[in-house]
Amino acid sequence: MSEKKKDELLHDHNNDGVDRRGFLKCMAWAGTGALCVIHGGVLKSYSLSRMLELGPKAAGELSFVQISDSHMGFNRPANPDVVGTLKAAVDKINGLATPPEFMLHTGDISHLSKPEEFDTVDQILKSASAKDVFFVPGEHDVLNDDGKQYLERYGKGAKGAGWYSFDKKGVHFIGLVNVLNLKAGGLGTLGQEQLEWMKADVKHLKHSTPIVVFAHIPLWSVYPEWGWGTEDSAQALAYLKKFGSVTVLNGHIHQTMQKVEGNMTFHTAASTAFPQPQPGKADSPGPMKVPAEQLRSLLGITDVNYVRGQHALAVVDSSLA
Amino acid sequence: MKRNVSTAVLLAVLGLGIAGLGAGTGNFTASAQQKPGTMEVKIDNFSFGPAELTVPVGTTVTWTNRDDIPHTVVSTDKVFKSKVLDTDEKFSYTFTQPGTFPYFCSIHPKMTGKVVVQ
Repeated sequence: MSEKKKDELLHDHNNDGVDRRGFLKCMAWAGTGALCVIHGGVLKSYSLSRMLELGPKAAGELSFVQISDSHMGFNRPANPDVVGTLKAAVDKINGLATPPEFMLHTGDISHLSKPEEFDTVDQILKSASAKDVFFVPGEHDVLNDDGKQYLERYGKGAKGAGWYSFDKKGVHFIGLVNVLNLKAGGLGTLGQEQLEWMKADVKHLKHSTPIVVFAHIPLWSVYPEWGWGTEDSAQALAYLKKFGSVTVLNGHIHQTMQKVEGNMTFHTAASTAFPQPQPGKADSPGPMKVPAEQLRSLLGITDVNYVRGQHALAVVDSSLA
Repeated sequence: MKRNVSTAVLLAVLGLGIAGLGAGTGNFTASAQQKPGTMEVKIDNFSFGPAELTVPVGTTVTWTNRDDIPHTVVSTDKVFKSKVLDTDEKFSYTFTQPGTFPYFCSIHPKMTGKVVVQ
């Protein structure tokens, strides 16, 4: 910890919201890949070029993959082939040294909530080595019908608008919905009913239980000016303060970003469809057009490993390039 | 249509269209007209333009989504509500009562606008 290397990043937590210097450095790695390891609440990020030095730390008892924002149906210049890039993501997953036990999809499965868009994604994901996929909806998945179709397809056994929890190898996973009932001028919203469910859901868990929360819109204020945050996420996170290790995984912003605050590590995944600009670096958060040869370096998947007893979840982003 | 033609010519002749796209985009937004008619609101770069519009009673306002991302036009007071508008799709509403009608995009709620009907 004392010797700080050039491409190693130690976040200090002054609870001032986004650690901008920190995430800018992480941002620079977007596309080349970054590994983040938490020990005792301190996040260390490494570029993937240093993976060998880490050795077994990157492996664990539970390995899963997060994919996000496949936007099936999108066909604009930023990526005319979202089928091809989702397939490339599946190839990447199937090539991982440690096969993941399951996948999380953090929303915007479809671009326009059309049945054939969902069908295409489901079909492509069938060829992934991990058969189980746990979804949460993005705003593009609940268009026109307040999420009814989404719930019928992906919400079996879920509560409310599609929130749920499950346990895998001692890790408690919580899937949240923050893309419905959005108010004019506001951000993502969880709502009172979901918050009360979550409070009850974690009430009887041991404090040592590692928690993974996943939702589409970031549960931290990445950039409220572009709607990249959730109005009532502070309440949800307050229920998790007693736990020793909390990992929050989001999508929506189509780029990787991370920060740590106390016992919580926040991480956003790349899209499999098209990149979006860095906060405030463009007129709007719309699709970012990049030269075709660069596109796949800005899309990707996230591989997460949990090592029991090490009090750590390692989060690795890799690009499709 | 003019914009489409000029863009096509640019694409064909120069082989690159991106720089030309903005230039051919006429902005015909005007201040309130005295007689009811039609007014246009363009959705560009995750914003309504113009964000505020003052029109006489009876005016039909048409919103056109020119972004690569779908948007909606939803009255905050539930007076009108569009379906999801994909790129280049339109939504029209005729204002038959005076008043102030705030609206937003229900997918990207940071996008807000207002129509004042006099």
